[in-house]
Amino acid sequence: MKKNTIFTLSAIVLLVIFLFIANTTLDSYILRILNLCAIYTVLGLSMNLINGFTGLFSLGHAGFMAVGAYTTALMTMSVSTKQMNFFLAPLISPLDQIVWPFLPSLILAGILSAIAAFLIGAPVLRLKGDYLAIATLGFSEIIRVIFTNTQSLTNGALGLKGIPTTTNLWWSFGIAVFTIFIMVSLINSSYGRAFKAIREDEIAAESMGISLFRHKVLSFAIGAFFAGVGGGLLGNLIGAVDPLMFRFFLTYNILLIIVLGGMGSITGTIISAFVITIAQEVLRFLDEPMFPNIPALPGLRMVVFSILLMVVVLFFRNGLMGTREFSWDKLFGRFSKKPLAKGGTK
Amino acid sequence: MGGSAFYDNFLTNTGCIGISYIPVIPGTKQAAGADTLYLGGVYMTLEMFLQHLSNGISLGSLYALIAIGYTMVYGILRLINFAHGDIFMMAVYFAFFGVVTFGMQWYVSFIVAIALTGVLGITVETLAYRPIREAPRISILISSIGASYLLENLAIVMFGGRPKTFPQIAMFTDMVQLGNVHIQLLTFMIPVVTVVLLIALMYLINKTKSGMAMRAVSKDIETARIMGIDVNRTISFTFGIGSLLAAVGGIMWGLKFPSILPLMGVMPGIKCFIAAVIGGIGSIQGAVVGGFILGIGEILLVAFLPELSGYRDAFAFILLIMILLFKPTGIMGEKISEKV
Repeated sequence: MKKNTIFTLSAIVLLVIFLFIANTTLDSYILRILNLCAIYTVLGLSMNLINGFTGLFSLGHAGFMAVGAYTTALMTMSVSTKQMNFFLAPLISPLDQIVWPFLPSLILAGILSAIAAFLIGAPVLRLKGDYLAIATLGFSEIIRVIFTNTQSLTNGALGLKGIPTTTNLWWSFGIAVFTIFIMVSLINSSYGRAFKAIREDEIAAESMGISLFRHKVLSFAIGAFFAGVGGGLLGNLIGAVDPLMFRFFLTYNILLIIVLGGMGSITGTIISAFVITIAQEVLRFLDEPMFPNIPALPGLRMVVFSILLMVVVLFFRNGLMGTREFSWDKLFGRFSKKPLAKGGTK
Repeated sequence: MGGSAFYDNFLTNTGCIGISYIPVIPGTKQAAGADTLYLGGVYMTLEMFLQHLSNGISLGSLYALIAIGYTMVYGILRLINFAHGDIFMMAVYFAFFGVVTFGMQWYVSFIVAIALTGVLGITVETLAYRPIREAPRISILISSIGASYLLENLAIVMFGGRPKTFPQIAMFTDMVQLGNVHIQLLTFMIPVVTVVLLIALMYLINKTKSGMAMRAVSKDIETARIMGIDVNRTISFTFGIGSLLAAVGGIMWGLKFPSILPLMGVMPGIKCFIAAVIGGIGSIQGAVVGGFILGIGEILLVAFLPELSGYRDAFAFILLIMILLFKPTGIMGEKISEKV
């Protein structure tokens, strides 16, 4: 047990050294991709908590991200930038003077997303399966429609520009590591076991004394918290947000990550967040003209990704990892005959 | 990805196409004249009201045609066919290319497009749903999202992301005058076509052998198989019929709202699923009722509360959530009890 903690700490030290070297040597394009990898890890984990571990098929992630991204942007933008952005209708009163540092803004973003999730989840989470999917999809769309129409709060369809680009490797990887830590602790706690029990069989879980409503709302709100934080990181990485960023496509991308990684595996989500984000950049050549006489086909890259999603669902339903997780013990090949102490599906 | 142009167009078009628009400032009694209705804070002449209503009915008919596809597939497979909206979009493009690129007569092109769409629907079922029919429902749902995503991206690659203009055929787009009301001919034709197709569909389901097979499969797949029904063929047939109806709806949609885009199927697709849920999923009459409620409701909401027109797309979702919370089986749905 102690040994594993040392391994984990040394892995984090290695990551810090890597980030330090990366920050000084790599160019801004690669740094941006690394940032995106870490942010998609956060987003993937948050969606996997809801969809993979608790078995609630929610498609509302883009909405929670929108709440987070707009909150962080509005809290961190300078007063003069706000005045430049809101030329059609001035920003409502207290917000136009407030400028917060990045960390409290991110926390506020997470909290507001979680509150939104609570308000949405309380009525909707009693629905099952595909009804829940369509209702959450609907809510995320309602959030987007509201943001398009509230000119004096979100600047409507124009979006926000000139957001301070605070997100760097330290922020994104720091928060990713923090998210992984929280998720692992949560999944191995009694709450995590309750979530998994709900995923396997709601009625059985309820008859074992697990409060369905409480655990579902909790999972939904925690997932939304990290989705909001991830959205905030994304907004302050790109430097601009607008309502069209947060359409179904964003949710589909994150769904692709958790399906490829394995619904219900933290390790799988982390691996596939990196694989998918890097692959999206590497495959960019598909959108360029490939042969001299054939015109370019913009969008071909996304066709490849949609085929990938189909292939994974049809032929490798468990994704990369299924519900398995990485552990140091497994890595060093020390399989003891005893059952694992911690329980769960390791 | 260029979706906003479509939605903007959609908003302006659905409000006023088919109406020779009378420049009245809504909400003023002077502008509306003596013979006025006062509803929801807006003064409106009876003619204006009738124009809005007829637009609502024709939009509702289109929703109904697409919603039937959802409800039939859900009735048999218990699956939201997310790709249905994109099959609808493909139909519009097939008809577009038939007329514009291949120079066919419009009726030839429409028939070819409808047939191709039926084939497309069956293909989607065979490739994306049949291999994992025994899998957990969540996998099938993801597969249908994947199929929808694939069709959208294929359309962007093949047809380009920019909006195209659907050919305007005089026979449909001419205006007629009834009293003081100017209405596009199409606005009358859409409900008529819908009703004719509905009668044909009811005949097919209730009076023919294939229809009996469909009803049997939707009750119980295993028992139907034991009784000698070819389940795979029946399911393909259902997808085919649903896609044909979506294709007819799509072509009329293209005539009514001529700006067409690869992502044009997303919003109508989701709204029509909502219509099916409102009416009671699994019930064809329910899907029609739901489609009309949604279509008429949307148009009248924008007509009477113009300040809420930006929230138009949210209306369907709010209605959905209300229905799911208070009457989850919909208006005409059967009560489904949960098996332990």
